[in-house]
Amino acid sequence: MIKNLDQIFLLFEHWIVSFLPVAWRPMGAIILSVLAIISIFPALFALTTVFERKGLGRIQNRIGPNRVGPLGIFQPIADGIKSLTKEDIVPTSADGVVHFLAPIVQVLAVFMGFAVLPMGRNMVLADMDAGLLFYFSMGASTELSVFMAGWSSRNKYSLLGAMRAVAQMISYEVTLLLSAVPVVMIAGSLSLTKIVAAQNYYTHGLPHWYIFTPWGLAGFVLYAIATTAETNRSPFDLPEGESELVAGYHTEYSGFKFALFFLGEYLAMFSISGMGATLFFGGWAAPFPFLEWIPSWIWFFSKLMLSIFVFIWLRGTLPRLRQDQLMNFAWKFILPLCLLNVLVTALWHFLGVGWERWVFCSLILALAYVLMGLGGMRGMKVGPRRYRYAE
Amino acid sequence: MNIAFYVSAVLTLAGALASVLLKNKVHCALALTVAFTGLAFLFLNLNAQFAGFAEIMVYVGAVAILVVFAILLIKGSETPLHGAFSRSWPIGATIAAGIFALLGWAVIESASHLPKNTPTHAVTVDQIGQALVYRYVLPLEVVAILLTVALIGAVIIALHEDGRTQ
Amino acid sequence: MTPLTCYLLVAALLFAIGLAGALIRRNAILVLIGIELMLNAANLNLIAFWRYGPHPELLTGMIFAIFSIAVAAAEAAVGLALVIHIHRHTKTTYLDQINRMKG
Repeated sequence: MIKNLDQIFLLFEHWIVSFLPVAWRPMGAIILSVLAIISIFPALFALTTVFERKGLGRIQNRIGPNRVGPLGIFQPIADGIKSLTKEDIVPTSADGVVHFLAPIVQVLAVFMGFAVLPMGRNMVLADMDAGLLFYFSMGASTELSVFMAGWSSRNKYSLLGAMRAVAQMISYEVTLLLSAVPVVMIAGSLSLTKIVAAQNYYTHGLPHWYIFTPWGLAGFVLYAIATTAETNRSPFDLPEGESELVAGYHTEYSGFKFALFFLGEYLAMFSISGMGATLFFGGWAAPFPFLEWIPSWIWFFSKLMLSIFVFIWLRGTLPRLRQDQLMNFAWKFILPLCLLNVLVTALWHFLGVGWERWVFCSLILALAYVLMGLGGMRGMKVGPRRYRYAE
Repeated sequence: MNIAFYVSAVLTLAGALASVLLKNKVHCALALTVAFTGLAFLFLNLNAQFAGFAEIMVYVGAVAILVVFAILLIKGSETPLHGAFSRSWPIGATIAAGIFALLGWAVIESASHLPKNTPTHAVTVDQIGQALVYRYVLPLEVVAILLTVALIGAVIIALHEDGRTQ
Repeated sequence: MTPLTCYLLVAALLFAIGLAGALIRRNAILVLIGIELMLNAANLNLIAFWRYGPHPELLTGMIFAIFSIAVAAAEAAVGLALVIHIHRHTKTTYLDQINRMKG
């Protein structure tokens, strides 16, 4: 019964597909999985928008939306109706075709990334041998849509926001890839199902997730910073900062196209959180062997929502980084640490099982972090810290 | 030949033609991206998955953005003062057509000598990794040095001339 | 027509279009676009011959194509940096006007 609950979506799919003639069954199964992804993640997006606004409100000592429905949970429906019925204003000097295609390219590229995420036991849409590479290629394609949006609006502020966003995304793309390389080195494969399978065993009841290793912890922290910057979330959201550049590269978008950009950004957050959960937190694996009766897809989505909660928390808490601070941070701090992490992972692998590798790898990483932090702070004068509380 | 090949081929050639014939430079760069995507689909059709995904990541994700940034840094989105094509464009077009005729004749003439369909050999990324590190390790190291040199060189060339070191 | 012939014809046509672009256009960046198209046509040839040729288990064509992609990216970066530098110096990118070595 537990196994059936775990595989409930697959059994449902087999049951529906069994109504089709035999020749059409593979295509029917694929179409059903695609429909499931297309309906689940936008629904999760609607839930997350209200979650985020209430969360940000509570962090900022206010309540958040509470008019539409009990505790404001029907707010996304109101937002959806608003965005569908707003007038779609396109500037006359805007480049029509490119302006129309930009949100479509973004949403397309982001949806393609969901195809390789293993959302539960046997629940992958496309189990590719080079799955991780496919995922990062789709991530690289979203940068082009940001540029298309900014340039086609024929607006100086949009173009400036777009160039900043693309520069930021390219810088952090390198660190994103490099922080995922240690996982590939130890798991021995680019296929995401094999990476999850490599983490899915227990020693004395403790899981073998990669985050519980020194290089895994460092890799996860670097990956988290890189994903926050890739999806243009605060504290890296200068390109779309509301107080800086109106709305950055989507200034000239209204109505449904803006909703598509918004959807694309949140879906990118989901898929990259899912990837982080797969690479470092064991994907759909349960943390302890006695908790394995909870279905695997519940574990995956809990880890995903935990990452989203951390994103919202960061957005409400940290101030925004300036563009040059952001780029300096990427190239002068994060990139050397990523390269060092790759070396430390190789050292971990070749030292063999034992206590030495834990001590050496942790020492090297901690020392590098402290020394680089001290080195970076050398030229800065920081005044005494003052605290101000809301009365 | 299956339909995926025809769709990808048409996409590639249409994108390439558009990038060569359009007047607005940013449109040319975007059409080039379409051509690269079509090429990636052709690689996937040929069962070369790693090459296809690497093509998308490198060309669409980096080279196309480089081209677009260069066009913008040179203020290329203004209307050109001179014409888009040089004065001797018929000669260029004739040379290109001649080259295509020569290559096409060579391909079709030798069609009977080319090997037939060989059974597909599933290529895993593991095999590519092994080949890179065991058999082709020298080209790998040379490409690494080349990329480092190109990176440093590009940064030095594009630095500001008035002595401000960034 | 065998599949290999179809792929080779597509690659030849792509090469001819890239060559036409490199010869016809006046702006330096668009010439670089033509060169990128030619490099990609050669890559397509390599992969097609790897797939349909003898000894596909040696992976020669695939590795060659991967190295070619890497080298083409480096060359595009350096070429565009050069074009930017020339533009800064001569304030133009029209190749008809850049016909002197002395500044």
